[in-house]
Formats: sequence, structure tokens, C-alpha cells
Amino acid sequence: MVESERVPIKEATAQDSKIEGPAPIAGERTAEMPTPKINKGPTHGLWALTKRDLRKWYTNPYQLIISLIQPVIWMGLFGKALNFSSFITAGAGAAGNPGAVTAAMLGFFGTTSYFSYLVCGMLVFIVVFNSAFSGMSVVWDRRFGFMNKALSTPVSRGAIVMAKILQSVGRSLIQAVVVLFIGIALGMDTGSLSAAGIAGTFVIIFLVAMGLSGLFVMLSLRSSNWQTQMAIINLLNLPLLFASNALFPVKIMPAWLQDVVKVNPISYCIDAIRQLLIGATGTYALWVDFSVAISFAAFFSIVGIVMSWRLLSK
Amino acid sequence: MISAQKGRAGDGSAAIVKVEGLSKSFGQQKAVDNVSFEIRQGEIFGFLGPNGAGKSTTINMLTTLLPPTSGKAEVCGFDVHKQANDVRRSVGVVPQDYTADEDMTGYENILLCGDLYGIPRSDSKRHAEQLLQLVELQDAAKRKVSTFSGGMRRRLELACGLINYPKLLFLDEPTLGLDVQTRTAVWKYIRQLKQDYNMTLFLTTHYLEEADGLCDRIAIIDHGHIVKIGTPDELKASVGGDVILVGVKETEPDVSSEIAKVDLVKAVTKTGNDYRIKADDGAEATPAIIDLIRSKGMHVSKISLSRPTLDEAYLELTGRTLREEETNKWAMMSQRRTMSAARS
Repeated sequence: MVESERVPIKEATAQDSKIEGPAPIAGERTAEMPTPKINKGPTHGLWALTKRDLRKWYTNPYQLIISLIQPVIWMGLFGKALNFSSFITAGAGAAGNPGAVTAAMLGFFGTTSYFSYLVCGMLVFIVVFNSAFSGMSVVWDRRFGFMNKALSTPVSRGAIVMAKILQSVGRSLIQAVVVLFIGIALGMDTGSLSAAGIAGTFVIIFLVAMGLSGLFVMLSLRSSNWQTQMAIINLLNLPLLFASNALFPVKIMPAWLQDVVKVNPISYCIDAIRQLLIGATGTYALWVDFSVAISFAAFFSIVGIVMSWRLLSK
Repeated sequence: MISAQKGRAGDGSAAIVKVEGLSKSFGQQKAVDNVSFEIRQGEIFGFLGPNGAGKSTTINMLTTLLPPTSGKAEVCGFDVHKQANDVRRSVGVVPQDYTADEDMTGYENILLCGDLYGIPRSDSKRHAEQLLQLVELQDAAKRKVSTFSGGMRRRLELACGLINYPKLLFLDEPTLGLDVQTRTAVWKYIRQLKQDYNMTLFLTTHYLEEADGLCDRIAIIDHGHIVKIGTPDELKASVGGDVILVGVKETEPDVSSEIAKVDLVKAVTKTGNDYRIKADDGAEATPAIIDLIRSKGMHVSKISLSRPTLDEAYLELTGRTLREEETNKWAMMSQRRTMSAARS
């Protein structure tokens, strides 16, 4: 184009007579403008990508509110209606014998309050639900071409996957905090709450969120079809919930289901949270629960990153 | 950059892209089949072909999004497969889709791209403002992209593709679905990039006038093969001369063979009352043809003379016109989405 259409330099470098003509929008840069220090590290762009996804979420409060409806319904309706201690009182002929009721409750649930028992399950349930949708954002990015755009930049393929995992973990942690507050407001037993217990709870939630997000992101990496993704979410969500100790104690389940629950990492996470938050008697020692959660998180994050190299560069 | 005019697209310039025997198969289907070409420093190189001809697949291989099945490609001196990250750092990509994040402002989108290239914010902020001026979006820059028109989005994509100071910019169907006004604006920016910044541009298109008016050299690609490479004028010349269309009132007799004997005339075809005549110099041959027809006692009812267009060159080289053709379903859907977004 003609000279007059050249782009003027906006910076106050006008007095520097050496810079005339077009600003270095492309190609080599002028000597006056040193080449920026390009960050070539494997983690560059990770935070930028994570923040991009997170802001989509926190700038849209409806999404947060809607995602909280399910756990609130579970806690408020299911948790409040299933008053196990009155079942026992009425059914087992234990009326007038509060000691027997307490013993039965402790035997089944490891705690006297079924509602508190359920809240601990719901803390993890919201993580499962939220993580399941982490794959959806991969599918959308693929579909709208953002994924290809990111792939055409030198950002590490691992960072693309890690950002998806991290944004999901961030959302899970915040939602778990909100669910915990709702649980307390609805009457969760707060007698055993301690700072260390809460800290431990969120550490294990972090771990399980990491593992689950890694799993679902990995399942979505090659897909640009959101219907398939929805099917996967529905396929895995409820089985993960019911084949765990989120709603009922393992010991009242049939043997085959007990075996499934034992390999479901979510069970270990919930087991730990019950011990940490409401002082329930756990099925496993805390160190066992944490070891399982750490292995689960490490396995799927690593597999996710390894798969991303293979799947994203095809 | 003051000496930006050096090494213009003329012959002898260094090749910035070297492609040798590049192929890509998806299962049994060969999307790109043994393609070889070179792009010279500072030229606008166009890939012209119908939907599904292999244009985007080639771009995807050159921008490291797809590994080639076989063959070699070097971009800015780096191998697209072995030195993918070096290629990514030195080129800019403007994809066919609208990839900008709708929930962010135009300015934030450019900065995000800068982050993905690892450019420090202090630098990318300054550069983003220059780029927004280049594409005339500085007033809309602080608005969410969801409020942008299709033309604005296309310009934003262009700015995003330039954030890393690329030496070579890939543009996949840069004006797909745009209105005439925006299309002209995009062409202006493309010419400006070449002229003011000595940038090399590689664009794909299925608009003939775009290839004709914008590109220094064109490769016509069809069914994954490059049919011909040359300047627009060379391609047109290869069709073989001007086309004279003569309408005659009388259907009989057929004077095709007589017309064919007129000086400069190369070929004659008759359809109904019309003669379609190809001649090396149409302006000179026409009077002789009219004289001949009149001497046979026939009457000329209409006459037209046209210089060869790229359209005809394309028809001649591929045996087809550049109309909408069957293509794979996903490419089609993606293209429709782009077009509907462009028009919103």
C-alpha cells in the first residue's frame, strides 16, 4: 500500500529520528527495539490457558449456581429424608434405647449422623461431576478451532492438557468449599471440625480432582463430538457415584459390589474425608487413603500428558 | 525494516518454504498427493482450488498441525516434523475458523496469543496496540469478541496471527464469507504486510478474483495434486488466447471450418447459432471473422470479445469450474459455521 497508510508508531519514540516508517509488526525487528526474551520453557502459556478457562467460569455465576443444585438436592432431600437413625429406632425395636441406636449407627456408618456422612460423600460427588465436564471444554476448543490455534503456537502440548486439568481442579476446590458451607448450614455435625482436618480434606479433594480431570480430559482429547462426550459423562458419572461409599457404607453392599467399590479411588477419598471432617471411624487408615489418592492423581496426570503428545500431534 | 523492499518476490529470492513430495493420507483417501513447490521470500503465494482439494491439509502440515505421511517440508529453514517448535515460532497462522475467545476482549485475545508464544507481556502489550491499529480495530479492542461482526473477527484473527513477528504468515481462506467491503480491507492489510514489512504470505482461497488480484504466484491444486504453478498472467496465457463469441442469425450452414482458417484463430466450436472462437489476438482476428461471415451472406447478431480469465484457466487445467463441489462432511460443516459467523 501507499506510504500514507503505514501504521504510525504509538509509543513516544517520535523524537528518535532513527525510527521512521512502519513499526516492526512482522519479520526482523529494528535494532532500536530489542528482541524480547521469548520464554521457551515447557510451562509457558500454562497459566494463561488456565486463566482463560477459569474466567469463563467465574464471569458466569449461573454456571456455579446450577452446578450446586444437584448436591444441594442430594443433601437437602435425600440426606434429610433418609433418616437412618429413626429407621433403626422404628424398625429394629430399639425404641427407647438410644444407646443401641447409636451403636447401630456407628456400626454401619462410623458416625451417628447420616446427614454428615452424606455431606462428606457430596464433597467428592461435586468433584466427580465437575471433573466429568472438564472434557467438554476440550471438545468445544477443538470444535471452535481454538485447540488448533494453540497447537500452532510453540506452547507445550503438555501445558495445553495440564491447563485443562488445573482449571477443572480449581473449579472443583471452590465448589467443594461451597458444598461444605451448605452442608454445615443444613446441619452437618461440626463437633470434630479442625483446621488440620479441613486442610487435609482439601488436599485429598485436590488429588482426586486432579486424577479425575486427567481421566476425562484424556478421554476427550481426540473427540470433537460433544454428544459422544455427554454419553461418556453419563456413562461414568452415576456408576462412579453408586459404586462408591458416597451414599452407603460398603459393608451393607453385596460382595461383588464391594469389590468394585474397593477399586474405585473415590471411595478412598471419601473415607479419608469422613475421618478428617466428622471424626468417623474409617474403613482404611488415612495413609492408605492418601497413598491411593496420590497414585491416582499422579497416574492420570502423567498419562494425560503422555497421551497429549501422541494424540494432539496427529 | 526501513530496507523492507529488498528481496521482493522476483526470481532468485531465497525460498522460505521448500516442499518436496509432500503427501498426506487419511486412511485410504489421499488428501495431498506428492506435492512439491517453493515459496520465495517476500511473495504472496496462493493455493487455489475447490473445497476438499487439499489446501487446508497442506497448510496444516506446513504449520505443524499434521505430520506428513511422506515427503519433506522446510519452513523458514526448519523441518516441519523434526523442528516443529522452531517452525511454530517463526510463522503466524490465521486459521479458517474464528478461533478467538468470545468471552474475552479483542485486546485480551491478542495478549493470550502472545502468552502462548512466550512473549513477555511488556512487549506483547505494545505490539498488540500496533496490530490493532493495523487492522483498524483500536476502537473495538476493549469490547468482548462476542459483540464483533464477522469482518471484525477476521481482522482480529489476522492481528493474533501477527503477534509473534512472523516472517511468514499462513492465511487459510482469509476472506471466506466476508462482505465485499471487508474483503477489500483484508486484501489491503495483506498487501500492506507484504509491502511495508516484506512479509511472505501463503494463502489458500477458492475465490478466483482473490487469487488473481492478490497473489504473485498461484498453485492450482485439485484432488491433492498441484496442477500448475505460475503467475496469474502465466496461468491465463496457458489457456491459449482470447475468446471471441459470435452469434449468427442463420443456423445453417456451419462455417466453423472456414473460420478456423482465419489468421490467428486457434479453435472454433459451434453451439446452436453461436461460434466460440479462440484466437491469439482477439481484437485483430475479429474483423476478419466478421468479414468472412458476411461474405457467406450471413448476418452477425451479436459479438463479444473476452480476455482469458483465471476462471477459464482453471476450467482448462482441472476440467471443472470452481463451484461448490462435494467435499467431506466435517470440512463442509466447519466452513458453514465460519460463514454463518462471518455474516452474523
